[in-house]
Amino acid sequence: MEPGVIIREYTIPANDFVVAGEASSSVRKLLNQMGVAPAVVKRTSIAMYEAEINAVIHGHGGRAHVEIDSEKIVIRISDDGPGIPNVELAMQEGWSTAPDSVREMGFGAGMGLPNIKRHADAFHLDTEQGRGTTVNIIVHFR
Amino acid sequence: MTVREFAAQYGYRIVTEESASLDRPITGVYSCDLLSWAMAKVSAGDVWTTVHTNLNVVAVASLTGAACVVIPENIEIEEPTVTRANREDVPLLSAGHGAADIAVRAYQAVHGDVWPV
Repeated sequence: MEPGVIIREYTIPANDFVVAGEASSSVRKLLNQMGVAPAVVKRTSIAMYEAEINAVIHGHGGRAHVEIDSEKIVIRISDDGPGIPNVELAMQEGWSTAPDSVREMGFGAGMGLPNIKRHADAFHLDTEQGRGTTVNIIVHFR
Repeated sequence: MTVREFAAQYGYRIVTEESASLDRPITGVYSCDLLSWAMAKVSAGDVWTTVHTNLNVVAVASLTGAACVVIPENIEIEEPTVTRANREDVPLLSAGHGAADIAVRAYQAVHGDVWPV
């Protein structure tokens, strides 16, 4: 591990909306404690929260790996879910495959992946049907 | 106008416990029930109205820095949501008005009676 790099690992449980968001909330508090600019904290938190909620809803839960150095935060959220059959469609605002039970809670607007892309400085999606999905997010502090 | 003053002016009930966050100034208003949409659009200092009362509302309000969440039409708020809001220091208000009426009042509280052209 490089000196000065903070690493955090989180488990994201499946279909548990009581715990959903705890990982991104924890990272937000950490960044605030580090004195990162509020606008950057907000961008990071939104991008990570959306990825975390996606793993809860679609990915049967998963894992978050976070690395923070003096210049940036790198977030990798992985799941072992069904994968995304059509990434191009999934990236369109308003496209959603969320079940009604999730929509009733206010999710499933089809804004998740577009929100991540909008708020991240770098965004990369790896997905394979039947194997799972990994979302990589980088946000620079300056 | 602060969250506390806004609640008092329009008779909205403060559901969460006493906190310094009630003295935060309100600087805008946003009304939306799609959480991802709200997360992208709510600005820090906003009054946010939504009919949802689940735990995720607190997460969105906290992430966006909303000044408070106003739940319209006296919709009952689940106890776990109030507990989470107290923990995250997100003021929750309960209003008899509908979301549009709350939004108008919040807009007037922020901007006076001057409407945008």
